[in-house]
Amino acid sequence: MSLKSNLHNLKEKYKGTKMAPAFNALHTFLYTPNDTTHNGTHIKAADDLKRTMNTVIMAMLPCLIFGMFNAGYQHNLAVGDIQAVTSGFFSSEFWTLDNFMIGFWKIIPLVIVSYGVGLGVEFLFAIIKKHEVEEGYLVTGMLVPLIVPIDIPLWMLAIAVIFGVVIGKEVFGGTGMNILNPALTIRAFLFFAYPTWMSGDKVWVEGAVQRTKDIAAGANLDAISGETILGSLAQGKDMAYSVSDMFFGFIPGSIGETSTLLIILGGLFLIFTKIGSWRIMLSSVLGAITMGLIFNQVVSAGIITESSKFYTLMSTPFWQHLIIGGFAFGVVFMATDPVTASQTNIGKWYYGFFIGFISILIRVFNPAYPEGVMLAILLMNVFAPTIDHYVIQGNIKQRLKRLKVKTA
Amino acid sequence: MEHIELFFKSIFIDNMVFATFLGMCSYLAVSKKVATAVGLGAAVIFVMLITVPLNWLLDHYLLQPGALAWLGEGYADYDLSFLSFIMFIATIATMVQLVEIVVEKFSPSLYNSLGIFLPLIAVNCAILGGSLFMQSREIPTLGLATVYGVSSGIGWFLAILAIAAIREKIRYSNVPPALRGLGITFIITGLMAIGFMSFGGMLTGGDEAKKETTKTVKVEEPSTDTDKAKKELANNTENN
Repeated sequence: MSLKSNLHNLKEKYKGTKMAPAFNALHTFLYTPNDTTHNGTHIKAADDLKRTMNTVIMAMLPCLIFGMFNAGYQHNLAVGDIQAVTSGFFSSEFWTLDNFMIGFWKIIPLVIVSYGVGLGVEFLFAIIKKHEVEEGYLVTGMLVPLIVPIDIPLWMLAIAVIFGVVIGKEVFGGTGMNILNPALTIRAFLFFAYPTWMSGDKVWVEGAVQRTKDIAAGANLDAISGETILGSLAQGKDMAYSVSDMFFGFIPGSIGETSTLLIILGGLFLIFTKIGSWRIMLSSVLGAITMGLIFNQVVSAGIITESSKFYTLMSTPFWQHLIIGGFAFGVVFMATDPVTASQTNIGKWYYGFFIGFISILIRVFNPAYPEGVMLAILLMNVFAPTIDHYVIQGNIKQRLKRLKVKTA
Repeated sequence: MEHIELFFKSIFIDNMVFATFLGMCSYLAVSKKVATAVGLGAAVIFVMLITVPLNWLLDHYLLQPGALAWLGEGYADYDLSFLSFIMFIATIATMVQLVEIVVEKFSPSLYNSLGIFLPLIAVNCAILGGSLFMQSREIPTLGLATVYGVSSGIGWFLAILAIAAIREKIRYSNVPPALRGLGITFIITGLMAIGFMSFGGMLTGGDEAKKETTKTVKVEEPSTDTDKAKKELANNTENN
């Protein structure tokens, strides 16, 4: 008896009972179903929702694995066991098993909690509402561990995931109906509910919180601290990392957001498979560049002096804004979420442009929230239906005009 | 610069709907279709554009303690600020009547679709709130009061526009029966407020020095009963 037929038998056994959706989901997640439909014409397409979701997850896997290495690297670097990388992306200091194992044991629990809790809620809702389990959580569940700090307690993550899935998605009727990106809703919940665990200099390096506790208890150790680049820039400190570090991702930050190189690769993969919208990615970058150039101009025109608290972030060259913080990750994996983004092609340009524009604006002007891209995407999620509405109305008007010209 | 700052601050940071949750009744009731929402939003902008500066004039030349000094020496001691509510509401009601007449004349279809909510703007708390915030935040000049009125109205307009578009989008969503209608609208409003939290705290950090000076001035002022009442009112409106 293979696993497939076992699952099939289970499915048959529970057919018609309350638990049926759960077993159906398990079965179709792993295998193609045995049975076919008998009547009607059907569109055959290889890229169903599950395939789409899995493609996005594949695009994110390099970031996840890099995140594991980086977690260990940041930890060892802060403890002082290893030297900083010197020889580019394939530095031998970085790709060690020791680094990987530290990150692995820290990140796998996050992934398990994210998927366990999130899919648990999905299964529960499917059973209560008597519909099939929807696949929408597959991507969200992978995104969530990638956008939280490494030291986040698991129970916080669980609470946030429950909030995000129930309030952010299920109350609207499940996958495809939500207004705000569920993964970002989860992150925003964490950000506003437990701000001390989502910002500052203690949460970005593995073990920093524990070390602080040990020191308070009297242990003779050095404190570990590591701040994200944006966090330290917002406080007016100088940039402590080289451009190649920022681009390759050897910097503290949320687990998956650091390596711009791998994110770009993932983005190209998404564009190549036609799952992510290149319009949104391109226009977001354009928006960020526009805002960054405006700020650079303001600085070089001498309107803002060095005494201003905005000076450090404003004078950051515009292209550096693209590779620090979560901008690249947000634009590639969050803004392109097909449910919450603008649906129309013209709308996507506006939508993306404002994401880039506003995220740099928030970064510079809002010292409380150094990471602007999360809130910028949430804000544009709110306005995406409005943009769509006006794009569609404009289209209708244009067509009416054309019609009149023809008939006249 | 001051004007521009206040403009963006009142649209995004102190948004009438998402920061103070004022004007909810018409916001929830008239947001089913974008077209009507735009009509009502425009009406609110217009009414606020007129009433806030008008009420500023009333406040500064009739109601504030010492505002009647222009009548002569003997009137300098009068303090009519207990009349604020009645005066403000009277102004607003008059303006709403005017708007109603104009809308009925020029756009009967909009007039019909807005229905009872057009005259109800008179008791829309966002509009009275605008005038009262203008009073309690001690907006210094007529120009700033005008900017404040318009931008608060625009903030409200944006809010109702966005939620109307969202409600049009989710019309076919399979919302749990218990939440259909107002329930889901409240949840959406909450989620939208999260989106608007991105601006929270912005534009407040830069002018710390300026704020301190105004605070010290406030302390030096003889704190009369009306001042206390005003502060309490501000507190109450903020708490609500």
